Amino acid sequence: MSTGSDNTAGRGVSEANVSRPSARSRDGAGAPPRPAVPAPNFVDSVSLIAGREITMRLRSKAFLISTGILMLAVLASVVLGSLFGGQSDPAKVAVVGAAATAVEGNAALDPVPVDDEAAGEQLLRDGEVEAIVAPAPSDPLGIAVIGLDQTPSGVVQALAVHPTVELLEPAAVDPGLAYLVAFGFGIVFFMSAITFGSTIAQSVVEEKQTRVVEILLSTVSARALLTGKVIGNSVLAFGQIVAIAVLAIAGLLVTGQKVLLGGLGSSVVWFVVFFAVGFVMLAALFAASAAMVSRAEDMGSVTTPVTMLVMIPYFLVIFFFDDPTVLAIMSYVPFSAPVGMPVRVFLGQAEWWEPILSLVILIATTALAVAIGERIYRNTLLKTGSRVPLAEALRG
Amino acid sequence: MTPASRHPYREDMLELNDVTKRYGERLALDAVSFSVGDGRLTGFVGGNGAGKTTTMRIILGVLAADGGSVSLDGSPLTATDRRRFGYMPEERGLYPKMKVLEQAVYLARLHGWAPAAARRNATELLDRLGLGERFDDTIESLSLGNQQRAQIAAALVHHPEVLVLDEPFSGLDPMAVETVQGVLADAAAGGVPVLFSSHQLDIVERLCDDLVIIAGGRIAASGGRDALRAEHGSERWELLTSGDTGWLRERPGITVAEFDGGWAVFEAESDAARQAVLAEAVSRGEVVSFTREHTTLAQIFKEVVR
Repeated sequence: MSTGSDNTAGRGVSEANVSRPSARSRDGAGAPPRPAVPAPNFVDSVSLIAGREITMRLRSKAFLISTGILMLAVLASVVLGSLFGGQSDPAKVAVVGAAATAVEGNAALDPVPVDDEAAGEQLLRDGEVEAIVAPAPSDPLGIAVIGLDQTPSGVVQALAVHPTVELLEPAAVDPGLAYLVAFGFGIVFFMSAITFGSTIAQSVVEEKQTRVVEILLSTVSARALLTGKVIGNSVLAFGQIVAIAVLAIAGLLVTGQKVLLGGLGSSVVWFVVFFAVGFVMLAALFAASAAMVSRAEDMGSVTTPVTMLVMIPYFLVIFFFDDPTVLAIMSYVPFSAPVGMPVRVFLGQAEWWEPILSLVILIATTALAVAIGERIYRNTLLKTGSRVPLAEALRG
Repeated sequence: MTPASRHPYREDMLELNDVTKRYGERLALDAVSFSVGDGRLTGFVGGNGAGKTTTMRIILGVLAADGGSVSLDGSPLTATDRRRFGYMPEERGLYPKMKVLEQAVYLARLHGWAPAAARRNATELLDRLGLGERFDDTIESLSLGNQQRAQIAAALVHHPEVLVLDEPFSGLDPMAVETVQGVLADAAAGGVPVLFSSHQLDIVERLCDDLVIIAGGRIAASGGRDALRAEHGSERWELLTSGDTGWLRERPGITVAEFDGGWAVFEAESDAARQAVLAEAVSRGEVVSFTREHTTLAQIFKEVVR
């Protein structure tokens, strides 16, 4: 905010100009009329509080820098993925004489015709080609592959003859891709929850530590304060995720990796829905646990249990993404559902009703967490000094 | 300036009735009752731990009382009423990283003011409090004294209908004390009941219309400043002459309390005895002064708290 020109215009305006009927009945004569202001409703208060959270956060250099780094990391991983991904150029091979027929039409190989093996060897030693394919009458295939210091497996693979393969139960997704997706959902949830969870915690403790909370509570309810904080930070977390998603998709499209995008559709939608609800749950828990202490230094001790609730699903996803049983359980446990269920949807392991059931469980848990969180928040907000024991915080 | 004549129709606007608060076993407030009249500057004095802050927090609804009630214009206080209160907590606090003007505007808006009006209020008030040059500075970059001024702005920016200030003068330099006194007096003149606590009894004495004295969680005395002074003030008289006042001791109906050469403080049994002393002093030599001893708030405080 600036002290723009409208300030000067506003100076000197007397109260009479803004007089409205006072809310207090005034039968005493003599006192000048007071401007009365309609009491702001809950929604107004919440949006003001949420707006402040967002403004202050966007002004923080630390936040902007860390968001920038995160964006760069996402972009880098997309670009690196395209460089080292499967779509490599065909391997150059020197082809001697009649061996050309064996190489012809092979998309994985880029033949460089040479007159004899010696010329090929020269190219190989110069690093111009990866291998030499030469005629070999004694070989059943009639050719031989000559490498420099190790078996040129890419070339051998390209020339190998495979029997026809038929799978009775083909896996829907490539396991490597599945891992990537699980890891992606996990890391996005983990990062956002930790980042914005600790932001909320800091914001709560800051208000307690600076005692501004006493002024706030004489104006707005604890419920409005908590709701505003949760919404403000959820909007930020969401904004960050959308930015990451847009960046990642744009990056994938630009580098031509359309394959990855194909199967992601519905699982991404579920992820967003689960994330929105799950984040509110975690935000309420972070706020409540932070309200139990009065100093920023003590924050770690109370928020650690909540942090664990975020970390556990993250690690479970990484370790058990290929175990359908563990994944099935995870997709119903509220704390891991935002990661577990979208992964199962992606892998095609979930029936159509499963995400809905899991979402209902998550919403119910979130409602409970918000109720408990609000109670703790309200009860502990004005208690300064040492950490408030949980039992006392719940009892009030 | 007699307060009673200033507000002939005054009634008790903010009223506490038998407010009780316990912290575990300790009875922090024991049936505290007093009222703060509309347009009255009411000083709230008491020792450390007497219950001032607890009382103010209960008035603001920041703390729940265990018993009793707080009412405004005869009806129990609601959250909506309290939104029109201005409050300065004992422990100061504003957002350290918010800018001075931005913070004041934010608080005014939380109280329901529209953006433009909130901004106008904030600008006017901060200018008046001498923070006109600091609008765009963050709170944390201000000196302690200026932070205190910003804190006062935070309590007043929404044009409250009731003001409750916990130690508004602590940490202020004499210039700022002067400014804040002016701001509070204006608020009271505008019909706002103002309750403020202070350890600086001289300021309270100078500024207040009414006094509430609390000790050990009980109201030791309350009422108009002058009435309290009349009730608890001494009946002592002070005589200063150019000669010696040793003869006073021999006078009938006179008890000398303090004595030093030509100066003496004494109590008289009757007006006649007192008049006789004056006549005697005049006949003996030059009387420099003969006055009723001025009772300070500190003396009243000590007396009622004892």
